[in-house]
Amino acid sequence: MDDHSKSGDSPLLQMRGISKAYPGVQALDGVDLDLCKGEILGLVGENGAGKSTLIKIIAGALPPDRGTIRIDGEDVILDSPRTARKYGIAIIHQEMSLIPTLRVWENIFLSRHGWVHRQEERREAARLVGLMGLEINPNAYCKQLSVGEQQAVEIATAIRVQSNILVLDEPTASLSKREVARLHELLTRLRKQGIAIIYISHRLEEITELCDRVQVLRDGCTQEVYCGASIIREDLIQSMIGKRLVGEFPPRAPSPGSTRLKLIELSRRGFVRDISLHVRRGEILGITGLVGSGRSELLRLICGADQPTSGMMKIDEMPVRLNNPREALAAGVCLLPEDRKSAGLFLGRSTMENFSMPNLSYFSSAGFLNRNKESKAFAKYVKLMKLPLHCAGRMSNTLSGGNQQKLLFARWLFRQCDIILLDEPTRGIDIAARYEIYQLVRTLIDEGKSIVMVSSDLAEVIGMANRILVMRDGAVAGELDNSNNVSQSDVLALAYGATDATKH
Amino acid sequence: MSLLWPMGQRMRLNIEKMAKHVFVEYSMLFVLFGLCIFFAIATLETQIPTGQPAADQLAPIIREAIQKDGKIVLIAGLSTDDKDFIDAIDKQPGIPENRMTRIIGESPRRVRQKLEGMVARGDIPAGIICTRSISHWSLLQNRDKIFNGLGNIPLLLPRERTTSNFLKPANLKNVAGQSAVFAIIAIGMTLVIITGGIDLSVGSLVALSAVTCAMTIRDLCGGVGADWGGILIGVAAAVLVCAIVGFLSGIMVTGFGMPPFIVTLATMSIARGLAQILAEGQSVYQVPVDFSWLAVGKPIGIPNEVIVMIVLYIGAHVLMTKTTLGRWFYAVGSNREAARLSGVPVALVLMIAYVASGALAGVGGVLEASRLQSGSPLYGGMYELYVITAVVVGGTSLSGGDGKILGTLYGALAIAVIRNGMNLMNIESYTQGVVMGVLILVAVFIDSLKRGHVVLWLRRLFIRPT
Repeated sequence: MDDHSKSGDSPLLQMRGISKAYPGVQALDGVDLDLCKGEILGLVGENGAGKSTLIKIIAGALPPDRGTIRIDGEDVILDSPRTARKYGIAIIHQEMSLIPTLRVWENIFLSRHGWVHRQEERREAARLVGLMGLEINPNAYCKQLSVGEQQAVEIATAIRVQSNILVLDEPTASLSKREVARLHELLTRLRKQGIAIIYISHRLEEITELCDRVQVLRDGCTQEVYCGASIIREDLIQSMIGKRLVGEFPPRAPSPGSTRLKLIELSRRGFVRDISLHVRRGEILGITGLVGSGRSELLRLICGADQPTSGMMKIDEMPVRLNNPREALAAGVCLLPEDRKSAGLFLGRSTMENFSMPNLSYFSSAGFLNRNKESKAFAKYVKLMKLPLHCAGRMSNTLSGGNQQKLLFARWLFRQCDIILLDEPTRGIDIAARYEIYQLVRTLIDEGKSIVMVSSDLAEVIGMANRILVMRDGAVAGELDNSNNVSQSDVLALAYGATDATKH
Repeated sequence: MSLLWPMGQRMRLNIEKMAKHVFVEYSMLFVLFGLCIFFAIATLETQIPTGQPAADQLAPIIREAIQKDGKIVLIAGLSTDDKDFIDAIDKQPGIPENRMTRIIGESPRRVRQKLEGMVARGDIPAGIICTRSISHWSLLQNRDKIFNGLGNIPLLLPRERTTSNFLKPANLKNVAGQSAVFAIIAIGMTLVIITGGIDLSVGSLVALSAVTCAMTIRDLCGGVGADWGGILIGVAAAVLVCAIVGFLSGIMVTGFGMPPFIVTLATMSIARGLAQILAEGQSVYQVPVDFSWLAVGKPIGIPNEVIVMIVLYIGAHVLMTKTTLGRWFYAVGSNREAARLSGVPVALVLMIAYVASGALAGVGGVLEASRLQSGSPLYGGMYELYVITAVVVGGTSLSGGDGKILGTLYGALAIAVIRNGMNLMNIESYTQGVVMGVLILVAVFIDSLKRGHVVLWLRRLFIRPT
């Protein structure tokens, strides 16, 4: 490999022949990885390609079965996260690892031993946070910060301990466009300072824009390493999935039918206000906006998880009041939540139990379960959703992210709800599974269901939705007719409130 | 043959699968067996049978002796054991009255005279039956020197036997009885822990229940003269009061979002205090004799409390494995938010768990009062700890969402077996406390082994990448 020869010196991090097997699966098979000072290496691959395993090995959380790791030309054994930190490796995880009940400066100096030097630490924290290009009060509690700000604090912590290898695992999964831009600016700055960065993302446009080199993993092997100008989105996709996709989105559904769900000035104090919208039969209403603009809160209102303080909701022209999700389900409204782990899955329970939990009434009479009926229905949906066939008895936490999402979809598909609320349905899901989910949504539309889809991924919203509702600060900023694919800039303009776009 | 082959293959696979399933699901059962075997061996003791068992052992020998030569002599003392022995010998078939000469309750001198008389008459017996203690008399030991012609007459004695105190039927019944009250309360605790909560009030509810039951019978139903109707009213009142306390705990947990640990810590204190106030710090004894039938009566050879335990366990097992409600318990404990979004009536499920826990503690209290023929505000001390231990030892995860009713039964039995075995081995109570604590730690260790924590840790410690 001659990719790093341009920098002249030996790579900062050098991994050779890294292999790791789990029972029944070879997660990594002889992967080499080089990372030089002052470069951003993109790491892409579908879910299950081995990215997470590789990251865990770099983080010292998982010992490799075979292979060597060199840092600064010196053979090292990363046997614990502590050792990895000692060698200057910092991992910024998908899930935030700050302690929400501590202040910013306390978090930044958490790993420091000995006495707390309050004044000095607070000053230093302010300086570091300033370096991130953000105005964060170092005295603020971390739970008060937005996701983007928390991420900045995590990076500040890494800088504080003088890490020179920074690994970012899906850093933009829940960031708004503006926060993404700020993060990229920050990373470019860190690169100039000589810090080596591994950047993992499913969003290929970010990869092509930001990275100096891109390493593609597939089935635990390095598939290809692209560098510089040769990083092209289509090539990446192809080497990730090994086959060229026909189109990224299925064709949009034809004309929708009559109005099914209608909200009239629905508000919940402190979260969303005066939301009026309608969704028709066989229609996808896309909702987008910055994180924190009240999109998820709106969905929770519609599905009865939270209660509105004012306003009205109509289903099929009949005013309804849904006091809890149970009533919502009875009225044919279901929600696929944004956070699969905390709001969707029963992680310690089997996949079948996960599938049938909201549908128990279909498998029981007088409160007694009919296991036979249940496993038959489950088997049918496993096949329909192309889930791994042997997964019935498995615990749901052994499934990959994409399969977990498909399992949740199966749950609601069986239920045959008319109004389906999707909150970030493809977040953290690999491209192949993502396409399957798009097609599923499309089938639902053909069956005349009404879908409300919240997403931060503009390409996805524009590719799928019939109409797009943009939210800003808890209110509707505007609605766009998407029959002829609106431009991303129109949507962004509404989301940021720069101009007043046409209302429909 | 070739047609049968795949079937055999499949059967073997099924058996393998079943064996694996049994091992994983019922590892607790194996532990229980292991404990029983251990205590069976540890409590082995050499004993000389007395009374009925002695008679049972000797009867065939006596019959044989009679058939050969005719007569035998029975020598016995006046102790209760000896009386039982004689009665039991009399009841044995095939020993005619006239073939047996009895010498009972006589001094060694008189016995000697009688035996000499018999020898003088030429009436030589075929054997002499006596108990162990009498056999040590020197006149019998040295009979060949003292009596002419009695030298080769055998002494028919009960032989020494090695038996396990633990495995005696009486002791096993005792173990079942000891575990019944804990095991019944542990059902409710399992439900609560599976939903991710805890109920510390059960021990105090045992006292409240016992006092309520005894006082209702004393004050409202005629005391010692109360009929079965009165007893039933007392039982119903006790269980109802405890269910109400559970209901209030449930309201505070679900309605106000208070942590179950604190809520039930408070109700624990309140229930114990109420029991003290009601009974004015005294035990209440004025209950009819029939009352004890509830716990220790044996309509089909097993004490009622054990029957109640078995019935409740079957019911709870069916509830947790075969009904919608059972699934809901697991769902609420595994992920409360996901359960709510899946249309599970979370508050209702939690209420049911706490009410069931209260009511079952009430049942436990009634059985306790029945067995001890009184209600005292001091009953049930530390029961909550034993019960939680049983649940944890039975493999239920304290973080909720995982656990099995039958596991709890094995846990409760295992604890009863260990306590009983230690008592039989004369291990003092301080040591027993240490053993119980270690048991909890081992159970939790096994739980974290299953989750892989320990394995990961060990791997990190010993395995280095090459």
